Amino acid sequence: MSWKKTLIKEAKKLIDMYPEKRSALGPLLYLALREERYISNDAISEISTLIGITEAQVQSVATFYSMYKQEPVGKYLISVCKSVVCEISGSSVVNKELMEATNLNYFGSDEDGLFTIEQVECIGACGGAPSIQVNYETIENIQEGKVSELCNWLETEQPNVINSDEIQNKFGGRKSFDWGIQDNSGSTGPYPGFQSYKTAGERS
Amino acid sequence: MRENRLLTKHMYENPLDSHTIKSYINNGGYEALRLVLKELNPEKVLDEVKDSNIRGRGGAGFPTGTKWGFLAEEETRYLVINADESEPGTFKDRILLERDPHQIIEGMLVTSYAFNISKAFIYIRGEYAKSARRVQAAVQEAYQEGFLGENILGTGFSLEIVVHLGAGAYICGEETALLNSLEGKRGEPRLKPPFFPAVMGLYNKPTLVNNVETISAIPWILQNSGKAYSKLGTEGSTGTRIFSLSGHVNKPGNYEIEMGCTFREFMEGLGGGVLEGKNVKAFIPGGASAPWFTGDQLDIKMTIDDVAEAGSMLGSGAVIIMDEDTSMLRAAKSIVSFFAHESCGQCTPCREGTTWMESILERIESGRGRASDIELLLDISDNISPGLDWPPKMTTICPLGPSAVSPIVSLMDHFRDEVESLIPRKISL
Repeated sequence: MSWKKTLIKEAKKLIDMYPEKRSALGPLLYLALREERYISNDAISEISTLIGITEAQVQSVATFYSMYKQEPVGKYLISVCKSVVCEISGSSVVNKELMEATNLNYFGSDEDGLFTIEQVECIGACGGAPSIQVNYETIENIQEGKVSELCNWLETEQPNVINSDEIQNKFGGRKSFDWGIQDNSGSTGPYPGFQSYKTAGERS
Repeated sequence: MRENRLLTKHMYENPLDSHTIKSYINNGGYEALRLVLKELNPEKVLDEVKDSNIRGRGGAGFPTGTKWGFLAEEETRYLVINADESEPGTFKDRILLERDPHQIIEGMLVTSYAFNISKAFIYIRGEYAKSARRVQAAVQEAYQEGFLGENILGTGFSLEIVVHLGAGAYICGEETALLNSLEGKRGEPRLKPPFFPAVMGLYNKPTLVNNVETISAIPWILQNSGKAYSKLGTEGSTGTRIFSLSGHVNKPGNYEIEMGCTFREFMEGLGGGVLEGKNVKAFIPGGASAPWFTGDQLDIKMTIDDVAEAGSMLGSGAVIIMDEDTSMLRAAKSIVSFFAHESCGQCTPCREGTTWMESILERIESGRGRASDIELLLDISDNISPGLDWPPKMTTICPLGPSAVSPIVSLMDHFRDEVESLIPRKISL
């Protein structure tokens, strides 16, 4: 899919934020993810033209970082932390339950494009271990039984914005710290929700 | 035992709106900036920071004043805040980013003013999307209220801040890898020398790279004086520090305390002791890179120097408690496989070594270990950091490889019997 004019305009705006064009490479890869849920060859070609580097250079960066997915991911990307604190706090139970609930293996996506599941390294929610993320929105201290509830909820409700507060309150437990401030913002897909990349939204 | 909240004071006193500029200003926010701008004396900022003796809170513990003193003179210089917090066990920057973003912005303003910097970046790990949204919203507020942009508060000083998202690479917490990443490159650490950020940093310009917690302390230091800060804590570890406590404790969380108490006092006094009253088998004093201590070392003091003397490091301030039922092999395997996954691949000892160590630990765990595996693990470790000392000797550009050696050496020093018991005895025919 070649990039539309509006998308190219958006990309140029991001490029203008930096003293050197190439710094916008990461942000542009997020735009690519937002459009297609993976980094396609077309996106690589568009980005290389916009920044003025070779396609191989774009590719080498895109494949270095684990969040730039090389194949299409589902509407909901569920990432289970397996680093040491979650590991000693029962993340293997969470893993097992998630694989059963979605009938998938890591790194697997279902046929209708709803779920992709993966195991990831530390997500900085160790005080509430075991922790997981849905579209990079955190659920701390997810207990046995709650993983399948989460999957059911996602499948039935199919929310367009995943908001941490909402999924934490529904499916989480003890938190790393008091989150304080109420928040309705979240991500609109399987990438981090962030204003500057127009990947964030408000929960309805 | 009690917390001493300097950096977390505002967020706990105003839990519902501490992130807004209104709440921040109503509680004395941006006063340090006004003070510095009024006195128009950039050198004073560096003097106060030197007086405070604050040491970087990212992990290496290098004195911030000294680091700043190295910044080379050049017309264009940059400030970069390292918010790529990814060391397993660490979640202290997350609370500062989410609940008091203006404190970070004010610290950046004061620092940029002191060094005549007009462009600054905050590099936040991609998994901290919520934190990034908070910081971005705060940056926008600061622009609207005239604290960022051109001619700040009518003084002629200008500063732009760009919030930049990482994309899931732990190695970008290493400052030169972070700079490569911010330049749109693979997050591979640079050789030092020549690439000391203070001389050849972002776009090869002199660059200050500071941790979120360090920069958050700057407003307090300027308002209360470096001397006042240096009176807190101990001589070598001044001030307060936010420790992230996790693992098998009753009350895990972030606690801001003066350095100098013991791990036992901390774990029992604030952490509520071990879950179900069990014993501590081992604990990690400063994030997954740090060598482990055992339960009988809980009386070591929580200062940078005391922990170093005992053979480990206070690192990122992440204290991970493991109770008597923990499988130390699984804990070590989890940490080694973390580093295997996060190795950038530049240096052979790290790229190959971490992966092989992970495979060997896996086969021991699944009951297929060989009698020679323990020596093999130590031999691979020795190829990554010769002599297996702490602090490590390095065969690699950055300390990631040697960090993967820590759990192996800790495992063999303290729990070798446990590993041996998992290796099937050779059957003689």
